[in-house]
Amino acid sequence: MKQRSQASAQPRAVSLPLDKETLLHFLNKMILIRRVEEKVAEIYTRAKAGGFVHLNIGEEAAIVGAASSLADRDYLFTSYRDHGWALVKGVAPRAVMAELYGKATGCSKGRGGSMHLFDSKVRFMGGYAIVGGMIPIATGTALAVTYRGTDEVAMCVFGEGATNIGSFHEGLNVAKLWQLPVVFVCTNNLYGMGTAVRRASSVSEIYRKACAYDMVAERIDGMDVVATRDACLRAVERARKDHEPSLVELVTYRFRGHSMADPARYRTDDEVRWWRERDPISSLEQKMKDSGMLTQQEIDDIEAAVSRVVTESVQYAESSPAPGLDDLYKDVYVQSEGQ
Amino acid sequence: MAVITYREALNQALREEMRRDSNVFLMGEDIGVFEGAYKVTAGLLAEFGEKRVRDTPIAEEEIVGLGVGAAMVGLRPVVEMMTINFSLLAADQIVNHAAKLRYMFGGAVKIPMVVRMPEGGGHQLAASHSQSLAVWYAHIPGLIVVAPSTPLDAKGLLKTAIRDDNPIVFVENETLYNTRGEVPDGEVLTPIGKAEITRKGDDITIITHSRMLLVAMTAAKQLEEKGISVEVVDLRTLRPLDKQTVADSVRKTTRAVVLEEGWPTYGVSAEVAAFVQEMAFDYLDAPIRRIGGAEVPMPYAKNLEKAAIPDDQAVIAAVTKMVA
Repeated sequence: MKQRSQASAQPRAVSLPLDKETLLHFLNKMILIRRVEEKVAEIYTRAKAGGFVHLNIGEEAAIVGAASSLADRDYLFTSYRDHGWALVKGVAPRAVMAELYGKATGCSKGRGGSMHLFDSKVRFMGGYAIVGGMIPIATGTALAVTYRGTDEVAMCVFGEGATNIGSFHEGLNVAKLWQLPVVFVCTNNLYGMGTAVRRASSVSEIYRKACAYDMVAERIDGMDVVATRDACLRAVERARKDHEPSLVELVTYRFRGHSMADPARYRTDDEVRWWRERDPISSLEQKMKDSGMLTQQEIDDIEAAVSRVVTESVQYAESSPAPGLDDLYKDVYVQSEGQ
Repeated sequence: MAVITYREALNQALREEMRRDSNVFLMGEDIGVFEGAYKVTAGLLAEFGEKRVRDTPIAEEEIVGLGVGAAMVGLRPVVEMMTINFSLLAADQIVNHAAKLRYMFGGAVKIPMVVRMPEGGGHQLAASHSQSLAVWYAHIPGLIVVAPSTPLDAKGLLKTAIRDDNPIVFVENETLYNTRGEVPDGEVLTPIGKAEITRKGDDITIITHSRMLLVAMTAAKQLEEKGISVEVVDLRTLRPLDKQTVADSVRKTTRAVVLEEGWPTYGVSAEVAAFVQEMAFDYLDAPIRRIGGAEVPMPYAKNLEKAAIPDDQAVIAAVTKMVA
């Protein structure tokens, strides 16, 4: 039985405490995402950032658990809901914030915006804003790994809405057919924009779709950072050592609407409250406190340090220059020999 | 100097570039064991093995996406779409991704990928299999689009394309695969973005590309017998266009016909006519004339299909009227 579901319909409480240092690291990153996203919501409301902005608030455990299972040399591809993933993979908060401000110092030089963060130095291979579009690309990078005979892994993150599109099925088929070192991570936050998963997918438990490709799949409580990390680590190791691709479904929830423009009227207050009671950050804090691994002082220290980072990143973005107009035509092409 | 077919020229280009650079590899439907729907990849699986000549599932979006992802980390994939009609299933990867990622990601990534695909009609394959859609890709900033008409340029442009660091849509033509031409022994590299004056003349310029070059040349020969001297310009690259060569020719001859196999509406001929009047308006002695495929989905019946594709008689009639 290759497939297994570790999540029932209802997510469990945070499980399997690791050592304190690791858990503090997770907590730190989760709080960083939360506070950055709250600041992003604020600057968007003040029209400092434009376009569409999709926040990761509520999904911090899924992001930190999954992204922390990767080594520095591994590749990460995500959807347009990409801020938190970029931060955990190592993109500097100030470069993320500057990108949202459309500044020349942004991680995509102000050309990509919220949905298209990128930093090849830390192998954050981009946020992709065409649903499912990054899935074939991630398999291509995994193919390059096998071509060269190296041992990197490509992790490809998308929402449950992407699992109904052709590229998902084409990508999973090839990944398994060619035994590519790729980990598909589906953050199932239960809604594709305003359409509930049960109204869009004939199979609401997304991990079951992998059986069509004879692929290892797990369904995990994505509000549990440790369970998520463990499952993703298993998948990463399968990819690295055995070139065995996996699909990991992380059941999670976004506490805000699809984008900043969405008041999320398609969800009941009760439902949102139920999920907010399972807030991944306060759940981890409580669990660590109960185990005597965390004091309020330590939480306050993390919050203070994160607050400084967020403030500094905003100052950096505010004071950075906009791209020069001579930048408009740069980088459309590589100027190759003979051109 | 050897006389070889367009198909053999492409095959030589692939073979030589694969021998030259171990990062070059091929992917596509039935390119390996079957040796290609049009046999362009004949013998390459035997020489280079499955790692570098990869048969794929019928999954165009995935095939091109594999190329994009491999190119982003430094490989040089050459992807075959069985025809340009099927490439529409990969349009998301070609248009939304390959063409965009470098710019959108702040210039920090390159996509050195070639996507080969034949276009064109004339084989009674009807509406879904006979389109000439190179212009769709030529519309997109971030893509380079080349469309060679001769075996020499097929080889020279493909080799240059494989060495280029940009995403390139390489448009072949089903009717050209068996055409023959001289190709020098040794290294052949044709520059991207340079049109060629295939035939010199004084009275009128025919601007064309790909298979329609043959039609233009046949017409030019017959027109010469009527005392009309025709200059023929082969665009070779559709993006970026070599506007200067075209404009210089029209300034000399003072008349221009733009000939394409595809539909003229919003077509290559529309673009060429627009820049020719911008660059050579004061030199023109007649309105620019466009000749292209009939504005219908391609019919199956042989006589209807023939009527839908421009031929030398259509060109002769247009030119004769303009020069008279």
